[in-house]
Amino acid sequence: MVAPAAQALAPLMGAEAWLEWGWVADHRDLILDRLREHVELTVLAVAIGIVLATPLVVLSRRYRRTYPVVLTTTGILYTIPSLALFTLLLPWTGLSRTTALVGLVSYTLLILVRNAVTGLDGVPDDVREAARGMGYSPRRSLLTVELPLALPAIVAGIRLAVVTTVGLVTVASLIGHGGLGHLILDGLNRRFRTPLVVGAVLSVALATFADVALLQVQKRLSPWTRR
Amino acid sequence: MDFLSDVLTHLGDRASWRGSDGFTHLLGQHVAISLWAVAIACAIALPIGLGLGHVRRGEVFAVNVANIGRALPSFAVLVFALQLLSIGRGPALVALVLLGVPVIITNAYVAMAGVEDDAREAARGMGMTGWQLFRRVELPLAVPLVMAGIRTAAVQIVATATLAALVGYGGLGLLIMRGLRTRDNVEVFAAALAVAVLALVTELVLAVAQRLLTPRGIRRLDLAPLPDPTVI
Repeated sequence: MVAPAAQALAPLMGAEAWLEWGWVADHRDLILDRLREHVELTVLAVAIGIVLATPLVVLSRRYRRTYPVVLTTTGILYTIPSLALFTLLLPWTGLSRTTALVGLVSYTLLILVRNAVTGLDGVPDDVREAARGMGYSPRRSLLTVELPLALPAIVAGIRLAVVTTVGLVTVASLIGHGGLGHLILDGLNRRFRTPLVVGAVLSVALATFADVALLQVQKRLSPWTRR
Repeated sequence: MDFLSDVLTHLGDRASWRGSDGFTHLLGQHVAISLWAVAIACAIALPIGLGLGHVRRGEVFAVNVANIGRALPSFAVLVFALQLLSIGRGPALVALVLLGVPVIITNAYVAMAGVEDDAREAARGMGMTGWQLFRRVELPLAVPLVMAGIRTAAVQIVATATLAALVGYGGLGLLIMRGLRTRDNVEVFAAALAVAVLALVTELVLAVAQRLLTPRGIRRLDLAPLPDPTVI
């Protein structure tokens, strides 16, 4: 396997075209592969993030004193720059997909947990008491009353996590698993603008598409906010 | 843990700290470009965000600009800056500023627009001018959120400065890139550790600054991050 670190430091100078359609046509399969890898990494990372965040949210809600600890821990993970986090894992997981995933997942946790807890906290006490008054058990109240009310905030967190992850995947190209980031890195290394532009534009398009699509989901889930 | 002791030996070795590719020099570069980027980003974003928030106009722009900023991958911004400018400090600085500006604008706007109408009316009723209202009522109340925005931007800038080595600027990322290329895991790990610590220190220092700048009356007890206004 080729060491994926960037080799070129020199800029691309001169009046080179920003986009050569010929290259795009010739490399359609490559581009689609990279796009697919990008989507896979993003979806996997956010999915694993949701699975890990759920118990943290339950813990933070049930034992309130653990919430600052959860926030600080996930906050530290969120603060560590992505490239540093990826490379700190290298001695153990090498240049594997696991390294990229562990790094990406760690970034989603703070966003997911904070939004879910904020959303659940936002459920009015009156509503909770009404549910209890109607004889709902705490579990039933959580699942059928509080969770639906908190869903918009939770989905907003997922949206944020997805958009952030799409951007971070490009950085993971430096450790060999970066989806569209590989196109950007390739353009940088070969001083060839076309792959660079394709990678960057598709990455922004992917983030925007995911953002808009999830916003629709968010609106669907909260019909009462619609005007 | 042979590996970790190798890392410690590497960090303890004076030779790793000296010279143009030593920790001292690269750390200095990393901090310098980050400070400049944060300062310039504040100089651009604060007047816009605070101004729009004061007059309560341009909400759609001010609130969404952070979302747009978030969709731009920092890596791509950096590489594009390199295409448009020559190699080195210039593109790195431009990219870092560009990445810092949106979140500062949004936070400043949301902070100012969030000042209660009652407080504004009371100030008006006391005969304050627009400037006095801004300076003595709105700004103090807005400080926590404004500082939270600067903090988020600063941490992102420090993180992205790690990638600046790709466009020919130094910084600690240089050691990571070089180590990755030569498969020197010890060098990579030591440099990554330094970057991680630098980012955490940035976060901590700004958290303390945020607390100190917040007027006593509205200070909260903990240093936990305030909810990001763009979250919900």
